[in-house]
Amino acid sequence: MLSKEQIAQRIAKEVQNGQYINLGIGIPTLVANYIPSNLDVVLQSENGLLGIGPFPTEDQVDPDLINAGKQTVSMVKGSVLFNSAESFAMIRGGHVHLTILGAMEVSENGDIANWKIPGKMVKGMGGAMDLVASAENIIVAMQHCSKDGECKLLPECTLPITGVRCVKKIVSDLAVLDISPEGGFILKERAPGVSVEFIREKTSGKLIIEGEVPEMEF
Amino acid sequence: MINKTVRDAKEAVADISSNSFLMMGGFGLCGIPENSIAALLERDIDGLTIVSNNAGVDDFGIGLLLQKRMVKKMISSYVGENAEFERQLLSGELEVELIPQGTLAERVRAGGAGIPAFFTPAGVGTEVAEGKETREFDGKIYLMEKWLRADFSIVKAWKGDTAGNLIYKGTARNFNPMMAAAGKICIAEVEELVPVGELDPNQIHTPGIYVQRIFQGKDYEKRIEKRTVSKD
Repeated sequence: MLSKEQIAQRIAKEVQNGQYINLGIGIPTLVANYIPSNLDVVLQSENGLLGIGPFPTEDQVDPDLINAGKQTVSMVKGSVLFNSAESFAMIRGGHVHLTILGAMEVSENGDIANWKIPGKMVKGMGGAMDLVASAENIIVAMQHCSKDGECKLLPECTLPITGVRCVKKIVSDLAVLDISPEGGFILKERAPGVSVEFIREKTSGKLIIEGEVPEMEF
Repeated sequence: MINKTVRDAKEAVADISSNSFLMMGGFGLCGIPENSIAALLERDIDGLTIVSNNAGVDDFGIGLLLQKRMVKKMISSYVGENAEFERQLLSGELEVELIPQGTLAERVRAGGAGIPAFFTPAGVGTEVAEGKETREFDGKIYLMEKWLRADFSIVKAWKGDTAGNLIYKGTARNFNPMMAAAGKICIAEVEELVPVGELDPNQIHTPGIYVQRIFQGKDYEKRIEKRTVSKD
């Protein structure tokens, strides 16, 4: 099974040269650490920054410069600052090529739930609904099962959804899976040492297996 | 040039009454009107409705207004990191309307720009769409969302002049420019207030036409929610 860092590392292999990318909070933020240095990509932060740089050193910390996770960040050469309406114009307008975000549940038709647990958690959706409704490519980073062993790749989401039919790819601690346009999780790659049978057992939505399923490479 | 200067935060917020509809700029604690919030805390008012992307933390920002039970309703996109908020919400003392962040930004922008409604893909097929009109454009379903306008909008800028022209710094800009335009009365607090003519017209983010009151703030704490540094 993959660690959070390995999930991020595997997702980073999906990044293509010239992309503008929005990274969500948590594992997606870690993806930035693994993007190959020969690729020219620009990271967008929906609170109003294009061109997110590394975390600042202690003496560079600026309270007026944070990412959407409210962490202090730095800028890179060519960074741009803008307001929130402009930021979401970029997102809804389809100018952001790739969105990577976390999920509590994904359904076999690509619905995603990640903003609310009724009666338990009331934090809000932030920018997630705008992002999933708009990006042409959405990759989800998630744990395949909850801590109690409940599968999170389902026939239908049980939690309130964030967006419909929007997820294209999932990288979990067990596998890489694509969402079939006809519905179903297409098993593309296995985590090292994890069998197809194990993944089948841990996936309650429809799992599609097309021939040999290779182990992930990093 | 019209002079919009008021003496201080106390004077700027003196006529905000109970049950007012307010907007406050900021993302997390970045770019929030610290001085105006402190001055509001001294006022004996309640029943406020506040549009703000977040609700502060327990002991800073809008969290202070919540602690004093001055807020009836929050209209926000993300309200985590605030235990008192969650307590008041679950006990029914506080109403909250959660809105996708881009929809929130655009509803405020629309309010200031005189656009009563618009269509967005965000929230289609979710709880957010319940009771709202949808329409298909070029084969995709969109949700109708309405403008937001406020009795008072309270914004924070880096520099401003006495005519109310504003310049923001870093990601402290966020919701402030749209909110400035969407308030019947916009109160702007700035770190540095300069005479008209000193700001470069090419660099102004918020034209003073939107701002009714401006004052020089003081003692900015600029608290950081998640100080994250690299090791080297």
